[in-house]
Amino acid sequence: MSTQLLTEQAAVRPRLGRARLVATLGPATMLAGVVWAFLQPYRITLLHPHGQGFWWLAIEPPLLVVLAGVAFAFLVAPGLIEDLQVHEEEQR
Amino acid sequence: MLPPAEFVHWMFATGFLLLGLCLLAHAIVGDGVWRRRAWRAYLWPGLAFAMGVLMWPVMVFFTNSTIHMLAHGSWAQVMMLAGASELGLVRGKLHNRYWHLTMPLAFAVSGATFLIHEQNSWLFARSAFLHHMIGWTVIVGALFPLVATFRPRSALWRSGLALTFVVLSVLLYCDRDTAPIFGHLSPLAGEQHR
Repeated sequence: MSTQLLTEQAAVRPRLGRARLVATLGPATMLAGVVWAFLQPYRITLLHPHGQGFWWLAIEPPLLVVLAGVAFAFLVAPGLIEDLQVHEEEQR
Repeated sequence: MLPPAEFVHWMFATGFLLLGLCLLAHAIVGDGVWRRRAWRAYLWPGLAFAMGVLMWPVMVFFTNSTIHMLAHGSWAQVMMLAGASELGLVRGKLHNRYWHLTMPLAFAVSGATFLIHEQNSWLFARSAFLHHMIGWTVIVGALFPLVATFRPRSALWRSGLALTFVVLSVLLYCDRDTAPIFGHLSPLAGEQHR
């Protein structure tokens, strides 16, 4: 393998790591919300909805965490990863 | 049909979580990539400003004492100031990098206000513990945006700022009306709820 290829691979590796890190943020947040729901199921009012008011049914913290992860993963991360890849191409 | 106070804390916790995620991504990719799309450049400063604006109705409708009202009012002001300064810097209306210092200022004022307006000791009830915890977290967390102002390329300090917001959101999610903390609940705190 030529030294030029080795140098290019070494330069690309950490950059790929950055894209992977950004891609992981949303799913990791969603996973945290799901794990929390399993640890404290009583905070999911939908599991025992009888006699509960609007707010107890609409605002449930573990689901809000999942929602934040979904919002980041689908609205922010894809464009950011795309721009990161374009930026890396330009740097080469 | 106003939601109980803890729901408002949980909604703000979600806002801080989103803020933390955006700041963390910004720290990972750097300014150049983050600002490639105009809407994204305004995203987290706009979110911070909007949360400051939304703190005003919280102050009006959810505070039941003068000291609580003043605390929420000061949070609204410093969040708006920090958000607006960052928006001004992104837009190019502000040029001096020291406008970034409004963020550590917001942290310091918010943390001090948390500690000052909590009249009870740490283990009085869950809310008292959280007020002390959040107050100290935010005051110590002010170090991250402070250093990041002078070392803007350092991912470490910017990530620290982002993670401070994530920790703040976790603490706000822990708020649950009158409830014990580590098994402690003062008989003076009131009847335990969920």
